[in-house]
This record gives sequence, structure tokens and C-alpha cells, in this order.
Amino acid sequence: MQSIGDALGLAFALVFSGDPDLLEIVLLSLRVSLTATALACLIGFPIGALVAIGRFPGRNAVLVFMNALMGLPPVVVGLMVYLHLSRSGPLGFLGLLYTPTAMIIAQIILIAPIVAALSRQVLEDLHSEYAEQFRSLCLTRLQTVQALLWDARYSLLTVGLAGFGRAVAEVGAVIIVGGNIDHLTRVMTTAIALETSKGDLALALALGIILLVIALGVNAAVQSVRMTATRQAYV
Amino acid sequence: MRFKQLIASLLALTVASAASAQDTSIIVQSTTSTANSGLYDYLLPMFQDASGVQVNVVAVGTGQAIRNAQNCDGDVLLVHAKPAEEKFVAEGYGTVRTDLMYNDFVIVGPEADPAGVAGMTDVQAALSKIAESEALFASRGDDSGTHKKELSLWASSGVDPSAASGAWYRETGSGMGATLNAGIGMGAYVMTDRATWISFANKQDYQIRVEGDDDMFNQYGVIQVNPDKCPSVNVEAAQAFADWLVSAEGQSAIAGYKVADQQLFFPNAPTN
Repeated sequence: MQSIGDALGLAFALVFSGDPDLLEIVLLSLRVSLTATALACLIGFPIGALVAIGRFPGRNAVLVFMNALMGLPPVVVGLMVYLHLSRSGPLGFLGLLYTPTAMIIAQIILIAPIVAALSRQVLEDLHSEYAEQFRSLCLTRLQTVQALLWDARYSLLTVGLAGFGRAVAEVGAVIIVGGNIDHLTRVMTTAIALETSKGDLALALALGIILLVIALGVNAAVQSVRMTATRQAYV
Repeated sequence: MRFKQLIASLLALTVASAASAQDTSIIVQSTTSTANSGLYDYLLPMFQDASGVQVNVVAVGTGQAIRNAQNCDGDVLLVHAKPAEEKFVAEGYGTVRTDLMYNDFVIVGPEADPAGVAGMTDVQAALSKIAESEALFASRGDDSGTHKKELSLWASSGVDPSAASGAWYRETGSGMGATLNAGIGMGAYVMTDRATWISFANKQDYQIRVEGDDDMFNQYGVIQVNPDKCPSVNVEAAQAFADWLVSAEGQSAIAGYKVADQQLFFPNAPTN
């Protein structure tokens, strides 16, 4: 029986061997998921802000819809993106299937709703605090959105991290649109799936431990940015 | 503005990643056994050195590989389900199909051997015995080459396992490796190609129980996707790859691939 202890040892050995293949996979994982997170934030924050401050008919329905989209199954997103990017699909002429770009697109679709829905909640709470002040200053809607986004920036970092966490951990979408091609579209999660299917459970688990450490590193980095920034704000 | 720069650099990053895949590369839609057993890791560097063509392998089940190729999402198809392959060519999706190599299927089972099939060489008799004793059997259930083969063997043994689906007949609906993991986890018999089994790392107390029946022959074929149907096909590179595989050089390379001192694939391309 392969044990978790083996996996831990293997994870250390892999990291310290400086295996170039592993490095490539780790870097691609980071590139794909960080790019997807950044773009999903560019899409999700403004939508979240507009819904947060807006009062329009059908708003409740939009809220329910946004919140429901947080539960999009990765496999379904992968299939939808595959059908569009496939050579026989409407966007096939772009030749994007089985590229990192296709993986980024799938992850954006997966996490933009999470970013939008969570930031809507954060910004709405903040807005209810400041609404009167904004009104007394006669701010336009755009100015209000800008002020809210700026004021909530540290909370929004956490929202971004939630999106990143989902992106870097999912396998269903990227394995369909990326194809898990060695040296081209293989990322941590698809490598884990591959090693599991080879029956090499210790190696799969070792890769999982490394993925966990990477996620920890990204979170720690964001946390330190946040702490430095808050400290400077009070100097 | 910093914000615009950020967007611009992100877009540049996205586009750059798209461009790198374009050069002289082909996509091979492949069955999983050839990839999971490490054959491509061994073969492709040789071909890439000789030709300069980058070969990108998408390893899925044979059924899905064929569907992906029908959608023009590949240049070469390398699978193991001859009737489905011939249909693929007959419908105009592929130009020509060539036998490439073979190995065989085996049925693996636990040490305890609940159906008492150990050592049998008649696969139909073994399957009947498994069905009679209602010993667990894990099936791929995913329309893959192995799954199609398994269904045809059940049919020829006169047993309809679908009636027992969910009882002793467990359809995992997943790849070979996942089905082996699941089957071994529940103590079920599993039919697998020999290459996947030899290179599989999570065997636990499992051994080959049934082997050696001529009906368990497993033929792999290579097909070039038809550029008339799929203008995106890289004809030259796809041709070069298919030609190399069936050439004397490619065939001896296939024969030279060994795991645990055992040859996994036996080349049998027709010599011209």
C-alpha cells in the first residue's frame, strides 16, 4: 500500500531535484490561473459594483442568477468552451483549442461569476455604509463605483484569491480544452489526474502537496502585500 | 495609465501563448494506453529529432478520440477499435488507415479469485464463470476501444451483463487507469490491455487471471485526418508522422520499447 508518507518524501525529493518538467508544469499552472484570475477580476469587479449600487427591476433575479453561476460545474464549462473552440465550432478558425489560451478562457468563465457575486456582496455592504455620504457629495455612478472599488480593495483581494483558488484547483475544464498535452498544456491538476490514471498514487499525491504549497505561497504573497499596504496607510 | 498597461500586458500574454503552438506541430488524438504506458515519451523524441515536427498528444478514450478527430481537432488518429476506425475512413473523415502494432487484452483479478478463473485461456468461458458466480466486474463503460472489445466478448459468451449493471457489473465510465483503480479498490475483475497493466503502478494483490485467447487480440491503427473535411490539418507533418511510424525505423523503435523487461507493443505495419 502506498502511503501518504511516501508521497511527502516524494514531494520533497521532486522539489529539491529541481526537475525542469515539474517547473514547467508549475509555471504554466501559475500563468494560466493568475492570468484568468486577473481578467476575471477585470470583468467581475465592475459587474459586482454596478449590481451592488444599482436599483433596477429584476435585480433580485440577477442576484440569484449570479450566485447560482458560482456553482458552474467545470466539466460543463470545459465542454461549452470545447464546442465553441473546436475546429468545427463557431470560433474554430482561431485555432485556440489545446492551447493555454483556451484554458485561460475556460477558467475566466468559471471564476468571473464567483468574483462578481462575492464582490457584489462586499461592495453592497460598504455602499450601505457610505450611501448618504456619496449622495451629499453628488457623486456620479462612475465615481461611486471607483470610490467603492478603491475603498474595498483589500476585501476584493480576498475575493480575487477565492477565484484563484477555484481556478488553480479545477481539472474538469482545463483537461477538456487543454488536452493535457506534455510541454504545452499540462498543468498541476491534469498532471495529478494523469499520474492517478497511471496508478502512481504516490506521485499524484506528491504533486497535490506541491500544488497546495503553491496555493499557500500565492495567498501568503497577497497577504503580505495587504499588510504592508495597510501599515503604510497609517504611517 | 498603469491600468491600461496591465490590460495590454495581460492580453499580450494571452495572445503569445496562442502563437507558440502554431509552427510545425500536429495534434495526435490518441487512445490512453499508448500514452499512459510511456510509449510516446519514448517514441516522440526520436521522431521530433528526425523531422523537426512537434507532436502534441491528446490522450482520451478511443471513442472520444474519434469524435474529436471528426470535429477536426486533430491531424492524426491513433486508436484501437478497427471497425470504428474503418467507419471513420469510410465516412470520409480519414484518408487512409494502416495497421500499426498489436498487443493483447488480459483480465486481471484479485489474489482471492472469487470466480475461480485463474489460468483460464478461454475468455468466453471465463466471462460466463464470472457472470455465474456474480463476482464483481468493473467495465470501462465509456465507448473506448477496450470497452467495445469487452462488449463484443460478452456478446460472444452469450451473457448480457447490462442486466446486472450496478449489481456485480460496474460501469465506471472512465479511462483505463481510473477503472483499474476503482476495480482494484472494490475487488472486481477488470479487462485491460497488457501495456497499461504492465506499466500500471497500483497493482496491489492483482494478477493477470485470463490471457492467451486469440479473441483478446488488440490491434492499433493509425489514420490521417482528411484535409478535404478538415482544412486545418497539417497534411505534410501528419503524413510524415504516419509514414515514420510504419517505416522500418519507426517499427523497430516501437519494438524496442520495454517496461520491466517486457515488450509492450508488437509492430505489424504492412511492409511495402
